[in-house]
Amino acid sequence: MADIKLTINGKACTAPAGSTILEAADLNNIHIPRLCYLKGIHKYGACRICVVEQVSPPARNLQAACVVEARDGMVIETNTARVREARKAMYELLLSNHDKKCLTCSRNQDCEFQALGRELGVEDSPYEGEREILPLDVSESITRDPNKCILCRRCVSVCRNIQTTSVLTAENRGFHTVISPGFNLPIGSSSCTFCGQCVVVCPVGALRETSHKERVLKALGDPGKYVVVQPAPAVRVGIGECFGLPAGSCETGRLAAALRRMGFDAVFDTNWSADLTILEEGTEFLQRFKDVLSGGKAVLPMMTSCSPGWIQFIEHNFPDQLEHLSTCKSPHEMFGAVIKSYYAKKIGKKPEDMYVVSIMPCTAKKTECARPELSNDGVPNVDAVLTTRELGDMIKSMGIDFMDLPEEQFDSPLGLSTGAADIFGVTGGVMEAALRTVYEIVTGRELPFPNLHVSPIVGLEQIREATIKLENVKPEWKAAEGFEVRIAVTSGYEGARKLMKQIRAGESPYHFIEVMGCPGGCITGGGQPRPRGDIRVTRQKRLEAIYAEDERKPIRKSHENPALLEFYKEWGEPGCHLSHEYLHTHYVKRGRYNELTDENFTIKD
Amino acid sequence: MDNKRDACCAANEQALYDQVAGVIERYRDKPGSLIMVLHAAQEIFGYLPTKLQQFIADGMDIPLSEVCGVISFYSFFSTQKRGKHTIRMCQGTACYVRGGKKVVDEIKKELNVEVGGTTADGQFTFEIVRCIGSCGLAPAMMVDDDVYKQVSPTKLRGILARYTQEAEEEGVQE
Repeated sequence: MADIKLTINGKACTAPAGSTILEAADLNNIHIPRLCYLKGIHKYGACRICVVEQVSPPARNLQAACVVEARDGMVIETNTARVREARKAMYELLLSNHDKKCLTCSRNQDCEFQALGRELGVEDSPYEGEREILPLDVSESITRDPNKCILCRRCVSVCRNIQTTSVLTAENRGFHTVISPGFNLPIGSSSCTFCGQCVVVCPVGALRETSHKERVLKALGDPGKYVVVQPAPAVRVGIGECFGLPAGSCETGRLAAALRRMGFDAVFDTNWSADLTILEEGTEFLQRFKDVLSGGKAVLPMMTSCSPGWIQFIEHNFPDQLEHLSTCKSPHEMFGAVIKSYYAKKIGKKPEDMYVVSIMPCTAKKTECARPELSNDGVPNVDAVLTTRELGDMIKSMGIDFMDLPEEQFDSPLGLSTGAADIFGVTGGVMEAALRTVYEIVTGRELPFPNLHVSPIVGLEQIREATIKLENVKPEWKAAEGFEVRIAVTSGYEGARKLMKQIRAGESPYHFIEVMGCPGGCITGGGQPRPRGDIRVTRQKRLEAIYAEDERKPIRKSHENPALLEFYKEWGEPGCHLSHEYLHTHYVKRGRYNELTDENFTIKD
Repeated sequence: MDNKRDACCAANEQALYDQVAGVIERYRDKPGSLIMVLHAAQEIFGYLPTKLQQFIADGMDIPLSEVCGVISFYSFFSTQKRGKHTIRMCQGTACYVRGGKKVVDEIKKELNVEVGGTTADGQFTFEIVRCIGSCGLAPAMMVDDDVYKQVSPTKLRGILARYTQEAEEEGVQE
């Protein structure tokens, strides 16, 4: 489409036709203050902070720059006295219904609303009136504080339009409006998957992760506890941003060093158990595949089970299709199970004296670690889950200068991992890691893709697919000769819903599907640092960083991880009895409207 | 006896859901028609219980949260079982200054009902509205679709009696 020309603040500007005034201004380096607008996610005109004066063609009222389309020949003023006064008044009105407890807010100095007040030069809160004080809604993963909410509705947009889960809505009207799951339900009683994308976009402290910082500090201070920490793959490409580094910085070495300085007794790596997951999940897939080849009735496609948000999603929305899920626990849960059994025995500790902390890019993992089925020997596999953001906060509050740390290694043996484990953090990565191993088991040869990357499934398109033909297989896999394995990869629930509808209709052409709950995968999970600017740019940079980390590793296939091979010598083999007891799990039929429904998932009156 | 009545109720309820299904069918592919469907459904059921909201959400392929959001936004929609008649007492400026408040207190006392509530016998739901556009008749009150002008506590009893009598007569007819 042709460009349009307009004048903003006397400057001749060019922008693609169809741009809003705000987008046109951004493109021409003219900053218009804004609050609710979020590039690529939310264009709603709720807050009216971005109002501008439209001089020509003359408009009587101020225009919300984020929603009004820029036209050829328009003359816009963004900084007149009238505009400044209107913005300030809008801000003061928003402030009048905000709790203003900034000093004790988890978003203090990291709050878009606070920063905007400074930007607009607001130094008073002239409108004070009656306010409705609403209770705090605390779920395992997400804490909702309606008293801090400024009703920008970014969370509603991301929940409804991006994730299609449509849990959050604006309930009631006027002063009584609250953003909630409706029916006055707490968020933990809704069909929320706890993906935390709402937490990422919340400009204030209204939606945040339920903190596990205190329980971790308590464990660290308890001499009776042996505290083990493990960070997920995506954390290493996120944590740097907590310390001002640009998106795409990979900080594996300093991450290990920081965790050690924090006082953990052992600094291991979830990556080790990502490799473990590949062996368990790969074996499970091959078993199902074998059953089908020999005319049996195994359930295919098999679907990955690493993403707890995705697990919640399928349990709520497709409870009749749970047998498609791999029975593998997610990597950090497997890790916890191994730490509290195999490793505890090795160091002469009892399971109950072990304390496992996971550092995750994820809010859903907090709910996951509280699931009763994810426990063994009477203790939960994982005791606490910190998001990448929480870890960043804790490093700072412990007085550790992250940027001054040397690059260190994770502890041996459960800190050793391959490149296949790194890519668990990005959409397509679990599938690629599995294929690197499964293909080699069946054919005896390396996966036939340049640099081991299954190029058709690398990227950020919603659904990506590939067909892998099995040729010249090993003698024991004769039945698979010539078979074309069809795979699909998606991230975000919109794509997952499409693939699930296909499965439910009996029309799925695939054998193996990878699903991650958050768009882009864990790299832009609900527990990652909030992107500065366009989330899509951040996502691309983190994606590149994680593939680069994979390529730096000397070993890039899970089945070649020497620490893992050593482990299996004592443990048994993938899929053995012990594996089933400790590393595999089952799922729960939940139904769509959760607490509103009875045991048959019909709504109670 | 009770079982029989339950079965009868269930059959009635099914008939009501079938009616709503017909409405959904008519509006399903028209964007922005949720409010119409909710209107019609409230006409049919008298109120919008959660189960009905789910039925509409599923039928229209609209998230339940959105249905809930719309219903809670408009005061016309009710999620509580309503009385046979709805009293809407105006408390707009004109009606307020002309003594509407006294009428409100009298209704509460007379019918033993709170604002927004329904009487124990299921006859009346009592609501307060802000201006019904009949300021010249202040204080004005509506019972269902009938507007009453210059209502006073004494006049009120006469008005309510018409509706309660009607109920008693129906009772006799039964």
